[in-house]
Amino acid sequence: MRSEPVVQVQALVKRYGTKTAVDGLDLVARAGVTAVLGPNGAGKTTTVETCEGYRKPDSGTVRVLGLDPVRQGAELRPRIGVMLQSGGVYSGARADEMLRHVAKLHAHPLDVGALIERLGLGSCGRTTYRRLSGGQQQRLALAMAVVGRPELVFLDEPTAGLDPQARRATWDLVRDLRGDGVSVILTTHHMDEAEQLADDVAIVDTGRVVAQGSPEQLCRGGAENTLRFTGRPGLDIASLLKALPPDSAAAELTPGSYRVNGKVDPQLLATVTSWCAQHGVMPDRISVERHTLEDVFLELTGKELRG
Amino acid sequence: MTTTTGTPGDTGTSGTAGAYAPRPGAAPLGRMITAQALLETKMLLRNGEQLLLTVIIPTLLLVLFSSVDIVDTGSGEAVDFLAPGILALAVMSTAFTGQAIATGFERRYGVLKRLAASPLPRWALMTAKTASVLVTEVLQVVLLTAIAFALGWSPQGNPAAVLPLLVLGTAAFSGLGLLMAGTLKAEATLAAANLVFLLLLVGGGVIVPLDKFPDAAQDVLGLLPISALSDGLRDVLQHGASMPWGDLGILAAWAVVGLAAAGKFFRWE
Repeated sequence: MRSEPVVQVQALVKRYGTKTAVDGLDLVARAGVTAVLGPNGAGKTTTVETCEGYRKPDSGTVRVLGLDPVRQGAELRPRIGVMLQSGGVYSGARADEMLRHVAKLHAHPLDVGALIERLGLGSCGRTTYRRLSGGQQQRLALAMAVVGRPELVFLDEPTAGLDPQARRATWDLVRDLRGDGVSVILTTHHMDEAEQLADDVAIVDTGRVVAQGSPEQLCRGGAENTLRFTGRPGLDIASLLKALPPDSAAAELTPGSYRVNGKVDPQLLATVTSWCAQHGVMPDRISVERHTLEDVFLELTGKELRG
Repeated sequence: MTTTTGTPGDTGTSGTAGAYAPRPGAAPLGRMITAQALLETKMLLRNGEQLLLTVIIPTLLLVLFSSVDIVDTGSGEAVDFLAPGILALAVMSTAFTGQAIATGFERRYGVLKRLAASPLPRWALMTAKTASVLVTEVLQVVLLTAIAFALGWSPQGNPAAVLPLLVLGTAAFSGLGLLMAGTLKAEATLAAANLVFLLLLVGGGVIVPLDKFPDAAQDVLGLLPISALSDGLRDVLQHGASMPWGDLGILAAWAVVGLAAAGKFFRWE
């Protein structure tokens, strides 16, 4: 299932005047959910909009479902769904009216009423677009992206500005799309969103992909993980080290507060707790600090993800 | 609900299995264009400012200047002079002012951008816009003609000669309106389209005969699309001319220049 790429970007360069937005970007996305993760201004939107056929590459090649989005746009457009970062709706149109209209442009659309219900847009009633809340506008844009039953959906910052409940509803819909065989490319600067949803994450910084892989692969590939516990002060660190695997490290940071670095897995946790048991130590507040995508990002770019 | 319709689960997190299974495809072109034209017309009729421009102002001017003798409209009934001018104004209000403002804001709010990623081709979007303009003009002409008759209008000439004038006038004003909407900011389009509307209303032979202006000004004003349209309509409807070729020529030239420039310079985002 994850064999044929749905999106193939090779050495993409896109400049706006003297500013280089995308600088030799390579990206292969396969079936499933691919998150393009990066800070604002990293080139995420430019990359996605090139895939959607809005921008012509200055150099490099872009193929979406095997097609050139600029030259073969007419063939591609019915097969993809697009959610822009903002706007896209007549200011005087009602939510259901606009969604019904987009449905009419497709041959086999979803049932509009059910989709409106699903995304909680039923309460919009006769309110026109310009008077909808930001969250309602976002969910309408999402509905417009999926109503035509596309093979591939592009979501540009789908949960930006959403409250937690609406965010969860969006995540649930993305999972359902994936379950039904729709591929999803989404941009985000929330690492939890990428971790929760994506089969594959491409980390983008200053117009390039700096790392790509599953969230687990990316988190494993970085620095060592950390285990912490507290106990009575002055434990024999040398003895603990002897019990641990050879590439581990241990230290008493402040009296009674201990840190172990290394490949933190169930085996290591068991080793530490059994050593404590042998020495009559109750390891209070034992905790494992998993390496997050945020850490990976910081290591790769030297920047915080949310700048 | 038709058989080609999916039913996504309306509650819970799992949804009905397979509800979103891909089944892509564009709707038939005719259906897309009809839907688009209907939506655009609906948006226009729902917009208060647009109605003011396309319906209320032409109606008020027609009624006011026909009943009250403010402007010297020459010999004969005032309404016989005014009705053709007001029809020209109606065409300008919809094809130029209304279309420029609406399209400018559609561009500003990303509507054109979003539609560009839909199965609707760009040429089909423009076809739908034109259809929407024509539908609105038909409604205007029906309404304004009825009011003019009620005011005692007795038109001359051949209605068949009116049609090419209205069509070429629509083409000329559409080109200029789209050129403005596709190159200026939405707010600038709003201001400029209204200003041009006002200036052409005064200086384009709509309610004020062009011969009230100095000779030199008349020569220039006579080349404006609104002057050509109002003069052409007046030639036929007031004076019974068969086909006003000079005015048709001026409108055709504006249409060619306007549409070509709009095609070249229009920016979708």
